[in-house]
Amino acid sequence: MEEILISGLVTIVTASCPLIFAGVGEVVTERSGVLNLGVEGMMAMGAVGGFAVAHISGSADLGLLASIVCGMLLSLLFGFFTQYLLINQVVSGLSLTIFGLGLSALIGRDFVGFSGLGFPSLFPDFLRDIPVLGRVLFDYNYVVYLSLLSPFLVSWFLFKTRAGIVVRATGDNAEAAHSLGIRVVKVRMLSIMFGGGMAGLGGGYLSVIYTPLWVENMVAGRGWVALALVVFAAWRPILVLWGALLFGGIAIIQLNVQAFGLGIQAQYMTMFPYLATVLVLVVMSKRSIFQKSPRSLGRLFFAD
Amino acid sequence: MVMRVILTRFCGLLILGFGLMGVAFGDTLQVGFVYVGPIGDHGWTYQHNKGREYLEKMLGSKVETTYVESVAEGGDSERVIEQLASSGHDVIFTTSFGYMNPTLKVAKRYPHVKFEHATGFKRVKNVSTYNARYYEGRHVLGLIAGHVSKSGVMGYVASFPIPEVVRGINATILAARKINPDMRVKVVWVNSWFDPGKESDAAKALIDQGADVILQHTDSPAPVQTAESRGVYAFGQASDMSSFGADAHLTAIENVWGPYYVSRVKAVMDGSWKSSDTWGGLEAGMVKMAPYGPGVPSSVRKVADKAVADIKAGRLHPFTGPIKSRDGEMKVPVGSVADDGLLLGMDFFVEGVEGSLPGS
Repeated sequence: MEEILISGLVTIVTASCPLIFAGVGEVVTERSGVLNLGVEGMMAMGAVGGFAVAHISGSADLGLLASIVCGMLLSLLFGFFTQYLLINQVVSGLSLTIFGLGLSALIGRDFVGFSGLGFPSLFPDFLRDIPVLGRVLFDYNYVVYLSLLSPFLVSWFLFKTRAGIVVRATGDNAEAAHSLGIRVVKVRMLSIMFGGGMAGLGGGYLSVIYTPLWVENMVAGRGWVALALVVFAAWRPILVLWGALLFGGIAIIQLNVQAFGLGIQAQYMTMFPYLATVLVLVVMSKRSIFQKSPRSLGRLFFAD
Repeated sequence: MVMRVILTRFCGLLILGFGLMGVAFGDTLQVGFVYVGPIGDHGWTYQHNKGREYLEKMLGSKVETTYVESVAEGGDSERVIEQLASSGHDVIFTTSFGYMNPTLKVAKRYPHVKFEHATGFKRVKNVSTYNARYYEGRHVLGLIAGHVSKSGVMGYVASFPIPEVVRGINATILAARKINPDMRVKVVWVNSWFDPGKESDAAKALIDQGADVILQHTDSPAPVQTAESRGVYAFGQASDMSSFGADAHLTAIENVWGPYYVSRVKAVMDGSWKSSDTWGGLEAGMVKMAPYGPGVPSSVRKVADKAVADIKAGRLHPFTGPIKSRDGEMKVPVGSVADDGLLLGMDFFVEGVEGSLPGS
């Protein structure tokens, strides 16, 4: 029983990583006032780029780096459309997902059927051998720790640094920010790239570490869950962390409950993240203690 | 989900456009294929596409093939099938259950074109159906699992509670219990044909709860990979998946469509094609066992080989009575075998299966 709990906990943490990466990245993008619905596509590109480079170079680290670059490149395309050509963000984001999924499938054709490399844990064996705590705390690779740390770093950036204030100001009132001399388009492009890189890393985590293989559509909707997560977390990075663990936890617990032989219809569990998000939106609309969405979110901006 | 639908439509139409450019008219027979998934899925569509490649290899310049991948079931597929029919294709293989009614509709408008629909059950003069008896292969998997499992618990990563999947689970546990009467199988539904992350999570949950042999009726190699990293055994699905777990991979049931496609296309060429229903298994070569992995001892290989030979020769039927549902209802009496009707509509679990059967 204890073994099942520990193992389940470890699975929850590791399964939540891609959601945390993509969600935290999207928080920054949306805080700058840009709604990028292309997360799923950027994750797919990160996944295929990461696997391809890891497979060819033999280095998983290089693969992860490539996944960040791939996600960023795709997000640049989105940035060009929305910030320079001033095309509607929703349309551009949806197109980005379609494009990313298609392109990743095309690139990935030659990589189907190969198994990836293993990925070592960060800590030495003796730490992992500590009963209970060893496995729960020390049995992960460095990317997992990075994903757990990233919400705190990004939160500090957004709320404690000057650059973070600039990002939020841009997202809340682009015109006012512009009149203060902030280069809105530049800030937004950087935020979009950060979001793209993080989504790419989330995809790369899937194809390089979690299930080291490439198959088409392997992101399987996690990009959409990450988007829901951002709203669920009220655009706060640390809440993204808890939300991801909650969403991931429900999914894993549901599988374990099934293996126990208890019957809960799996469809309810699949619905959960979206239901929870809707619920949070309802609560948020009633109370003002939660901050609402960035006020310029989704609105185009151009300097006269 | 909406995006997935839009995506598949978009890609389907694009690829259709490119594909049709390559169609030439002449003496060669034009053969069209409609796939539900991408050819890179390493599973269902991948195997159909291998069948198409085999057809091209065997018949060379006598055939020319076109395929359209990722075609959504329903209205879109009807358009795609119609396009293929109206652009001079002589035979069209539609390779997913949901293409059944679209295929029949188009077939009515193009009576001179021959249609072959996979896994369906409705036939007309120019529409045949074909499917494979995977449960014969799963019987062999069950025998092997019964021998190599130490914990006596198998884990089954299942997709959707349809008769095809339920039949596979029952075939496996019935065979395993012949070897070890206390054998159990835990079933986890992941509600997807294809989600590597979730399939892997399900395999982990099953292994955590004592399963030391993982079976799957989903399409990605992730469960095999997970079994490998956790040091337990697994069977591949649809394709040989040993490259994803050299030690874990015991064997796999492979779908082999090539020879069937060749025989049907040849029949069209010599004019002997007739609407028919094919449900072939090991004997017909539509189901094949992959090479054994190092985890299968030679004594067990003999048992498995014998079962394959017996099934091929018709001496052994995986669903031979007495078969009781786990509620105690007698489904197949002593001395008889399950008929195809019972197999095709199987909606009950036998004893030894743990886990819910949604909708029953």
